[in-house]
Amino acid sequence: MTLFRRLLDDRAFLAGAVIAGVMVLVALFAPLLTALAGQDPTTFHPELLDSARGGVPLHGITADHWLGVEPGTGRDLFARVVYGARVSLGVAVSALALQLLIGVGIGVAAGLGGRYTDAVLSRLTDLTLAFPLLVLAIALLAIVPQSWPRPALLAVVIALLGWGGTARIARGETLSLKTRDYVSAARVSGAGTLLVARREILPGLAAPVLTYAALILPSNMITEAGLSFLGVGVRPPTPSWGQMLSSATTWFRADPMYVFVPGALLFVTLLAFVLVANGVRRVVDPRQREVLR
Amino acid sequence: MTGYLLRRVGGAIVVLLGLSIIVYALFYLAPKDPAILTCGKGCTPDRLADVRAAMGLDASPPAQYWEFLRGLFLGRDFPAGPDVRHCPAPCLGYSFETDQPVTKLLADRLPVSASLAIGAEILSLAVGIGAGLLSGLRRFRILDRIVNGLILAGYAVPVFLVGLFLLLLFCVRLQWLPFPTYVPFTTDPAAWAENLILPWIALAVIQSAAYARLTRAGVQESLAEDHVRTARAYGIPEGRIVRTRALRGALVPLVTLTAIDLAAIMASAVLTETMFGLPGVGQLLVGAVNQIDLPVVVGVTLLTGFLVVVANAVADLLYAAVDPRVQLR
Repeated sequence: MTLFRRLLDDRAFLAGAVIAGVMVLVALFAPLLTALAGQDPTTFHPELLDSARGGVPLHGITADHWLGVEPGTGRDLFARVVYGARVSLGVAVSALALQLLIGVGIGVAAGLGGRYTDAVLSRLTDLTLAFPLLVLAIALLAIVPQSWPRPALLAVVIALLGWGGTARIARGETLSLKTRDYVSAARVSGAGTLLVARREILPGLAAPVLTYAALILPSNMITEAGLSFLGVGVRPPTPSWGQMLSSATTWFRADPMYVFVPGALLFVTLLAFVLVANGVRRVVDPRQREVLR
Repeated sequence: MTGYLLRRVGGAIVVLLGLSIIVYALFYLAPKDPAILTCGKGCTPDRLADVRAAMGLDASPPAQYWEFLRGLFLGRDFPAGPDVRHCPAPCLGYSFETDQPVTKLLADRLPVSASLAIGAEILSLAVGIGAGLLSGLRRFRILDRIVNGLILAGYAVPVFLVGLFLLLLFCVRLQWLPFPTYVPFTTDPAAWAENLILPWIALAVIQSAAYARLTRAGVQESLAEDHVRTARAYGIPEGRIVRTRALRGALVPLVTLTAIDLAAIMASAVLTETMFGLPGVGQLLVGAVNQIDLPVVVGVTLLTGFLVVVANAVADLLYAAVDPRVQLR
């Protein structure tokens, strides 16, 4: 309980947690919010664009369009960023879940396995950590058929390429946990490797792995945004913040608002998640206190 | 030492082989046939077979991969109509799209990415070490806060967001700088730097935070050590203590990080290059991937993989060189 207390005393953590919480709610209730605004993210509104100036919106923020409309298509910007939150957060969270599953699985197996298993799995981990991930992700995403669901695909690609760090941490912690007396006691009383892993090792892994996970979540969001920005991630009409920024680059001289909205949201959300991760880490690992104040 | 080096080189070769096999395998799983794309409309089966042979796609995938590896070390010959064209080692094949040798394409683009990475790294180191040192010595309280903010921002901002912001500010609003276009250093060094300054800043905003943090931690740690207290007691001037003792301890971890980061910037330069429209290796990749240009994609992946692997090895060696306590096993 004192850990929780200390978290609540951390103003930066609180601010981050509130903003991150709001973003998660926005993502969850996207259909409700857009219904309230009376808009949807895919309807074109050519009548709101100035065709003489190449399709720049005629009006900025209006009562109908809370953040204005997209240049070129006239789609409602508010509806698009709200649904974009869904895709951006959804991809990052699902990728994280997969990463943890793969990383912890491989890490614990390496830590508890014999010399041979450990060597093979550790080399495999090193291999994924040594790859230029972005380059590989681009190649991977570009050749997959267009008809496959992009957000799910992105989550899988990010997870497949990014489980190395988790595996390394899980292995290190497992190696240290398995020398503890209570683990030896369980072994001596006849518990098999699987049982030891589930009952004795996994609970001990929770704190370090989750602390690390809090930091990969924003980095997954950055990867998703980057891939979508390059045009190999989420593609229109599906909105994500990275995809919106990508289309916004062609308009940013004529319509800076179009860059600003997804850009600011991405930045604020990432910052919020980093503050949360930072706060958690400071509480869990007191040695870090000096480094990141 | 020799054993270590051998193992290191062996590991590097395994990584690069793995990388190239994965990329090759990906392309044979791809739904599009590059030979049909190249052959174009009105393609007869005979012509398609010729095109396949010219592209080196007529053998089975493992045989093709083997040919590719042989070409890399020994060079190889491609049938081109009635003639044969020889591609000397290290041969990465010819681009399906432009028919130029991949090695030439890479050599044309590499100076751009290298300019980007090296300039950004130097700027990040200068800013990072300076800020970290001042903040570690607690000279300016406000700097401490700025460094903290930057560290958080470094984690939280994608490089293209910083890039967009810089472009909006300096090229659109203030109009202080032209939109970046690449000018070779040998043509006009001033124009080279002027066009690259925004990409450098964009990368440095993200990179320098890590250096500032490391320098600060290192400086604070070494200033708290006994030998520093002794030096102070002997009346050695504070400036000299900082130079000879505190900085030295703080810079050791930076040496290794610099090598790794240089390669990392090259490997992730694709975002920065796309953002600023710089014709580097990353842009080559994005274009090639959309055209199913297998030789180019394999070439870029291998080159970046090679840089990353070499940088990691160099980092380990440097680490042992600057810190005698480290044993290489």
